[in-house]
Amino acid sequence: MASIWRYILAGLGLAALLLGIVAAVYLTLPPSASGPDLSRSKKTANGLFVASFEPEHGVVRQGELQSWLLTLKTAAGAPVEGAAITVSGGMPQHDHGLPTSPQATDYLGEGRYRIDGVKFTMSGWWQLHFSISAAAGSDSVVFNIVL
Amino acid sequence: MSRLTSVACLLALANLALLGGCGEPQFSDAEKKTIASLALNTLPSLKSDTTNQYADAPAAAALGSTLFFDVGMSRDGTVSCSTCHKIDRQFQDDLPQAVGVSHTNRRTMPLAGVARNPWFFWDGRRDSLWAQALTPLENPLEQAGNRAAFSHYIKKRFGERYERIFGPLPDLSAVPASASPLGTDAEKAVWNGMTAAQQDDVNRVFANIGKAIAAFERSIEPQQTRFDRFAIDLATGAAAQGDAVFSPEEILGLKLFVGKANCVSCHNGPRFTDNAFHNTGVPPVDGLPPDRGRVDAVAQVQADPFNCLGKFRDGDESACRELRSMVKDGPQITRAYKTPSLRGAADRPPYMHAGQFSTLDEVVAHYSKAPPSVEGVSEVHPLDLSDRERAALVAFLKTLSD
Ligand code: HEC
Ligand code: HEC
Repeated sequence: MASIWRYILAGLGLAALLLGIVAAVYLTLPPSASGPDLSRSKKTANGLFVASFEPEHGVVRQGELQSWLLTLKTAAGAPVEGAAITVSGGMPQHDHGLPTSPQATDYLGEGRYRIDGVKFTMSGWWQLHFSISAAAGSDSVVFNIVL
Repeated sequence: MSRLTSVACLLALANLALLGGCGEPQFSDAEKKTIASLALNTLPSLKSDTTNQYADAPAAAALGSTLFFDVGMSRDGTVSCSTCHKIDRQFQDDLPQAVGVSHTNRRTMPLAGVARNPWFFWDGRRDSLWAQALTPLENPLEQAGNRAAFSHYIKKRFGERYERIFGPLPDLSAVPASASPLGTDAEKAVWNGMTAAQQDDVNRVFANIGKAIAAFERSIEPQQTRFDRFAIDLATGAAAQGDAVFSPEEILGLKLFVGKANCVSCHNGPRFTDNAFHNTGVPPVDGLPPDRGRVDAVAQVQADPFNCLGKFRDGDESACRELRSMVKDGPQITRAYKTPSLRGAADRPPYMHAGQFSTLDEVVAHYSKAPPSVEGVSEVHPLDLSDRERAALVAFLKTLSD
């Protein structure tokens, strides 16, 4: 009699444990609310180019002046050369601009442009907006970066 | 009945054990990550300054230290850097506005960790530690000297020490006793009468004075505080001991700082500064000349012949990325000032760029109310903190001084 109760108790305990694990996993999962689009490669607004944006040295560090690479290809995949690029941006949730004014400083070939002077001074959601003019025309693209 | 209770107990226990052990967890993982990023042990080692080839030369630092404390480095022999940057007072002077040869318009800045700044002064009108040092030397309200007189003085008093570091001094025999492009009208006229070669000789000695002083200032670094001991224990999970234990009020203050009050959006990293400029709606001081902060500093740093792009820089231009990519206009830089470090702040009232607030209570009340700026747009928004929350923030700020 007592031993049956012990099994039932153990069973219940195990069930509680499982429930606990499920609850813990659920609670620590990132909220599934649709955040900004974080893709590092996308079509420009009017579909003229495909742009990718990556930190030149791999990692994004808060507070450090970094260089990034903007790679521009045509929709057909050919590198875009001789583009004039202007950069702006800020933090949409804090309505303030960028702490620095990043610039396209070098053309590295194969559609790759060095964007130097990028600095993210706080954690949160940042946006970088590129206006691009090249032989194929003018277009723009926005990249979201969340720190 | 008793069995039901034991089942309920077991259920409760199992859940408790999984959800953060017994008792309420004090900080979330996100908070812990932010707190760890503020601790002094995350401060990277000081980077070399390629624009100053003497930055890490011990003889240069020794000469710089002599000059920093030498009242001979002023027009009337009464003011040195240390008149305002007092070594036993965190290298500041406790005054709302500094007083040198005359009364200035700004609060003396403390110097701990100063070599890590990309910009200098409250408005960032200089871009290197050595170019900064030249400014008070010639400011008529501070040391009020002129570069020709400084060159002669260096030759007379420290000629041998100078030459051992920087090489031979130029021939100054034909250089007038007093002259500077920034001095009085008379000094300007004399400067304009000098040959380009003489001007260049004097400018080079002057730049080297800055480089020696900068080498000395590089050794002034922030010290560990109670907060750092607390943060390390929190990060490693060690049980806090002695004064590293935070009171409930200090914990609440820290939670507000990294959370609801969002102080950490600007006061971040191990120095509690983002090294950037913000308008925080701090009111101007009656009776002082108009002060528009960063917006007026942009042209000044660009025009400074000793800036990173000028010919007195050592090394190559790759060191000038901050200057090249600075924000030059736009509404956000009007009445914007550099975020100050908060380390040691509790021990050095008054606060802000012209000593506007005399206590930390006033500072926190300002952030709670967040009045609009007289010019430009304030980036801070009312927090409407309770009395208890304001006191907690102040209690937390004090842990950065103990
Ligand atoms: C009359 C008082 C006074 C004297 C003398 C003085 N300073 Fe300062 N110092 C100040 C004030 C005031 C500021 C802020 C001024 C501003 O923002 O316009 C400041 C700012 C600085 C800064 C910038 C710190 C930062 O975080 O940006 C440094 C570095 C500095 N002083 C070093 C020196 C050196 C080196 C000397 C001597 C060559 C010197 N000061 C002489 C009052 C003084
Ligand atoms: C938007 C950026 C920003 C935020 C957010 C912010 N600060 Fe500041 N803080 C600054 C700037 C910029 C100054 C200097 C302003 C001036 O002199 O006009 C400053 C000055 C201070 C000072 C004076 C330090 C000194 O040496 O004079 C203290 C203390 C301070 N802040 C604490 C806080 C606290 C506490 C919070 C959160 C309630 C906070 N700050 C939020 C940017 C910010």
